[in-house]
Formats: sequence, C-alpha cells, structure tokens
Amino acid sequence: MPKDRKTQDVQRIDNPKDLEALREKLRQRRDKDQVRIRICMTGCRAHGAEEILKAFQEEVGKRKLDAEIVSTGCHGFCAQAPVLVVDPYGIFYGGVSPEDVPEIVSQTVEKGKPVERLLYTDPSSGKTIVQAGDVPFYKNQQKVVLRNCGEIDPTDMLQYIEREGYAALAKALTQMDPETVIEEVTESLLRGRGGAGFPTGRKWSFARAAAGEPKYMICNADEGDPGAFMDRAVLEGDPHGAIEGMAIAAYAIGASHGYVYVRAEYPIAVEHLKKALADAEAMGLLGENILGSGFSFRIKIKKGSGAFVCGEETALIASIEGKRGMPRPRPPFPAQSGVWGKPTSINNVETLANVPLIILNGGKWYSGIGTEKSKGTKVFALAGKVNNTGLVEVPMGITLKEVVFAVGGGIPDGRSFKAVQTGGPSGGCIPESMLDLPVDYESLAKVGAIMGSGGMIVADDRTCMVDISRFFMDFIQDESCGKCVPCRIGTKRMLEILNDICEGRGTVEDLQTLEDLAHSIKDTALCGLGQTAPNPVLTTLKYFKDEYLAHIEEGACPAKVCKALIQYRIIPEACTGCGACIKVCPTQAITGEKKEVHNIAQEKCIKCGMCYSTCRFDAIEVNEKST
Amino acid sequence: MSTPTAVADITHLLERYAPEEGQGALMGLLQDIQEDLGYLPVEALEAVSKHLKIPLSHIYGVISFYAQFSLTPRGKNIIKMCMGTACHIRGGQMVLDEIRSYLGLNGKETTDDNLFTLEVVRCLGTCFLAPVMMIGNKYYGKLTTAKVRKILKSYQS
Repeated sequence: MPKDRKTQDVQRIDNPKDLEALREKLRQRRDKDQVRIRICMTGCRAHGAEEILKAFQEEVGKRKLDAEIVSTGCHGFCAQAPVLVVDPYGIFYGGVSPEDVPEIVSQTVEKGKPVERLLYTDPSSGKTIVQAGDVPFYKNQQKVVLRNCGEIDPTDMLQYIEREGYAALAKALTQMDPETVIEEVTESLLRGRGGAGFPTGRKWSFARAAAGEPKYMICNADEGDPGAFMDRAVLEGDPHGAIEGMAIAAYAIGASHGYVYVRAEYPIAVEHLKKALADAEAMGLLGENILGSGFSFRIKIKKGSGAFVCGEETALIASIEGKRGMPRPRPPFPAQSGVWGKPTSINNVETLANVPLIILNGGKWYSGIGTEKSKGTKVFALAGKVNNTGLVEVPMGITLKEVVFAVGGGIPDGRSFKAVQTGGPSGGCIPESMLDLPVDYESLAKVGAIMGSGGMIVADDRTCMVDISRFFMDFIQDESCGKCVPCRIGTKRMLEILNDICEGRGTVEDLQTLEDLAHSIKDTALCGLGQTAPNPVLTTLKYFKDEYLAHIEEGACPAKVCKALIQYRIIPEACTGCGACIKVCPTQAITGEKKEVHNIAQEKCIKCGMCYSTCRFDAIEVNEKST
Repeated sequence: MSTPTAVADITHLLERYAPEEGQGALMGLLQDIQEDLGYLPVEALEAVSKHLKIPLSHIYGVISFYAQFSLTPRGKNIIKMCMGTACHIRGGQMVLDEIRSYLGLNGKETTDDNLFTLEVVRCLGTCFLAPVMMIGNKYYGKLTTAKVRKILKSYQS
C-alpha cells in the first residue's frame, strides 16, 4: 500500500453508493499478509514514541522492506509505554527503546518471529506472552468505543472508512428518518457517559421536539475530572468516531450547527480533531447536503481555557457564548434553551462514539451488552497505585475486583489495596469489602459513589483517605465558580475542617459538622459540581472513619502521608554515611561526617522527602510523629 | 518571545473574527493573542474591545475567570505541573514544593530571570506518568524531588 496516500486521493462523495464503492476498493487494496507496525503516537509520545517511529522508518527504509508503519492512537496499556504491535502476527512489544528497533525489524518484521527479550512477561505466571490478545490486560476487555483506537492512523480518514466508517451516518441519512434514529438509540438504552447517566434517546427527543431554529449539537470534550483521560484517547485515536456520532445526533434532533468543546490541555486531540473535520468536509461527509440527503451539518471547535465547571452543560454553553463559564438554574434545559437561546443537545465524547455502532447493529444488539439498567461498555482511565495503568473498556456489570485485579494487574510494590475512587471530585471512595460490586450506574450510586466519566484511581495502604478527601475539597474550592453560596462558602468551611484534621487540630465534633455541611451543600448547591462535591468526604467518613479518628484522637496519620503528623528518621543500621541526603536537603537539616551515621534535626526538617527519594540504601524511614 | 506594545501587532488576529460575531468570538480571539504574544497586554485588549464592541470590563471578567489567560508576560519555559488525583497520591505535592523552592518562586509564578513560569494544572490526562509535568510541549513523568531538580537544571545551562 502506498504510504503517501493520506487523503490525497480524497474526493467529494455525493451518495452512499460511492461511499460503499470506496470502502470496497480500500478493502480490496488491503493485503491481509502485509506487515503493519502499529505504534502508539499519542500518549506514548511522552515515553519517546517519536524516536521509535523514526528508528522504524530508517530501519525499514534501509532494508527496503515492504512494511507499513502506522502512527496510531492509544493502545490502552500505558504502563508499558511506548507500545507497538506488529501485524499480521499480532506480536506485542512494550517498553521499547530505539536501540531495540533493528532487532524487531530483522526478526519480527522480516521473519515473523518474536524477539523473546522484548515480549511482555505476565507477572502472575512469569511467562512471556507473544500476542497482544493473550495479554491479561487486553483479554478481559471488550472494545466497542475504542474499536479503532490503536488500530488505525487517526489522521487518515480512509483507514476509518475502511473499517465501516461513516456507514452508520449513510444508513441514518438514507434509510431512517430522525424519529427512527431516536427510537433506535432509545431502544439501545444508551445513557450519558459524562457521569450523570441520563438516557441519550430521551435527551435527543426533547431537543427534537423543542421549537426554535437553528438547533445546536454539542460534543462535550471538556474532560475535567482529574484522573480521567478517556475522551482524550478517543479524540486522539479515533476522532471520526466521535464526529460521525455527532452528525447522526445532529440529524436526529434537526441541528445544523455543531461545536466540539475541548480542553486546551489536550493539544494532540485538538490537532487530530481539526484534521478530521477538514477531511470530513472535503469528502462531503460534513457540510452542505451530506451524501445527497439534503441534510447539512457543520462543526466548529471551541477550546476551553481551564475551568472545571465548564463541563457542566449550562456553564459550557456560557463559555461557548464567550462569557464567564458559570452555570444557571435549570429549567429551562438546554434542549429548550441552549446556545444563543436555541434548542441544544450536549453529549459526551464517549456517548457519541457509541452511536455509530448502535445505528449499524441496532439498539437490540447494544442492549444485549451490560446489566439490566446499564447497557453497553464503559471506558475507564485506570491510574494511581495499580500495576496496569491505562485505558480499559469493559462491559457494564463487571465487578470492581475484575477491573482492578484481572485487568489492572493489582497493586504494585507488594503493597495492599485500600480503596478505589470513581467519579473524580464528584465521586466516592469504595473500600475493599465492596470489591465485588458490579460496575453500573445504580450499584455505584447505592454506595455513595458515582459512575462518573470514567476516572478510576486505585489507592493502596500508603494513601491517606483523609488527605484524599482534603485533596478533592481543595480542588472543588479552586474550581467553584462562586455563583452560589453553598458551593462557594460551604466547601471552603469543609476544606478548613479537613485541613485542621490533616494537621492534627481536628476534634471529634468536626466530623458531625462535616457531615451536616455535606448534606446541606448536596441539597442546596446550584449545579452538579456543588451538589456532588461532598461525595468524597461522605464516602470516606462512611468507610474509613477510623482514619479520621486516628488523626483526631491519636494525632497520627496511619498511611504516613499528612506532613504535620509524620517525621523522617535515619535508620542507623542501614546508613552508610554516603552524604547523598546531606547534599539534597534544602534546609540543611541533615548532619553527619562521611562514613558515619547521619542525623535529621526534626526542628529544621520541612518533610520535603528529598532525602527519602535520594537514599539508595533504604536508610530513611517515615514514622508517625507520636511514636 | 516578542514584547508587543503596538496594537498593530494583532491586526492579523483580529481579522480572523468578524465584528458581528461579538462576544462569541471573544474566547477564540483571546486564545489566539495569548498563543502569539505569550500573554494578554492591555493594549491588545483595548483593540479587542473596539473590534468586537465589548466593554473592557467584560473582557477582564472573562480573562479573570479562566485559569489559562495571563495578563502579565510569562517566562521562556512554561512548566505545567499536574496536580490531578493520580499525581497527588503518587507524591505530586512534594515535587511541586521542590519546584517552587528550587526556583525560589516565593509565591510568584514567574522567576525573576524570566526563564520559567510555573502553572499548576488540574490533570494533564497522562496519569500513567504520575507525578508528571510538562515543560513546553515535553512531558516529564514519574518525577521525584531529585529528578525534577536535575531537569530544571538542564534548562538553566
């Protein structure tokens, strides 16, 4: 396959028949035995993927091999970055360096043989695994939303088209009327993946029924939850998937204009999205009279400017209109009065990426995946104290234990599991005793957490749960827009109490005050940000009260995190007197002659941890202050 | 980075947005100016106000609401230190404290020699690198206090 074909031979497509003909041509051109090297060129860039790509281009060029090198989106297994797969063999390599490339080319690309030393080793069995599909991390997943991520070059629209791309849009535009599209999505029982889980079909029917022209279709890509990167991966790795979903949604509600509201912190996502929109317009799959159907739809990108509250739909609308991104009371809902006062539907990236498959395979097919009330799959960003950090897609109803241990590979450094946090600052901390909980909207809500957008942070025994709730409250305080009193002042008071507890000034009565404040804020805040802000505190109070009490009654932080309650100490038996800690200590708190045991002066120590991370002999320990 | 004083510097940016777009064009225009000049000088904002017919006070309201806009010149290297959840539980605060103390920021954002500006961001979406920061467009992951010192040093020579 010629490597320079990227959208060069793209010409406008005027009807579904030509689209099918193009797809057929692309498929016939595809040689199933062709060697394809798929390298993650998004998240893995941070781990030197660009150098790997260059090394492959040079090596393949030098040997004049007929191999296609594909820069793909995220493969999901970020812990192994940089990752790549060599097809048609499906051989998976992680943690590759440019020096490994010549061997991969001479063995795998030329001969189809795996390079044993670079293969993934399953930590539980100690055995190496050749094929990506056999790696436990991948084996336990089900890819629907991420179907193309890591498989195709996201900047090459033809690769998307080859894999059923825009077939759903063609089907919707020519074989279904808007009402049928909404019915199909309603039947699928798809619910909003932004966090709240509102039925997508219903949202669309409200916008369809609302009076007013023009109508707007907005894709919410303001993925603000700390610890969440699902939407980033979709936009970077398969932007057309979200765009096609958006176009179908626009047809369903009767919108002629669309916006993607995307975080400015995601430069690669913006770059890929821009390219995808331009290509889709050039091919006539967006713009005027799409596929000869008479339906016209245009999409513009709006970049956010760093305000968490803009993920809330009325705040997002204000931001698109160029105002301060502050929410307003609902009703009226955006379906009645959205951008510029016109009927608007706002759907999350992941929600929209599900839509093409629902249209192609039917709502019934989709509702066959998942639980009774939560259908389909959910993408999670697995991070924190877990071995296999990365992006995972699992069917709804899978247990938390399966996600954290079967897919996530458990807890690193021989530590033990303490909690898993879902839903970011709006969510909750779920303890070990509830690991058998199925992942679905209702089950998570029942225990005080929420599904959220998909951030899943694992905490181990060295994570302080009081500190975690303090962290989220600090975040909320920072991001509260200040419009309503409960959120602006209530969360401030909660933060002050949590600071007191973390610094050893807390009282037992404080816990009751925290709880009372939490419930009033939940009941009275204006928008979702404030209403859910107390969740991390409430769940930690419920499941980890002993940790709060240890801080208050014993002045101790059991996880040894809270600075005011810990001290660093040198273990005399282990100290070699090398002087490395003396050199790095910013406050000259460490003294000692060379080759003699050093000492930390507690009154000078600011607990920055420099000595702890510098010592090569594990001669520095962290203790509770009271001991 | 240039130090713009004349309004003429942003004419080509103003031309990207029709005056009829009004407030709807404001964010995009401000983002373009900041990308070009590194910050938002008051002379440029006066030109924006005239071009889009929005009072300067409204523009100030918008700028002060969003974390990414800056009214003062920024350093040559922008450090974006992530303070998301994964970075927090993996020791991000210690790294942040170290950056501040090493650069002698004392509550400021930009170093006196204009070499660095420190921005604390809420999640870069690269949690597998936690704790992580960006300098310019380059990511630095799995940071420790010792590692971050070395990295900053390499930008100083």
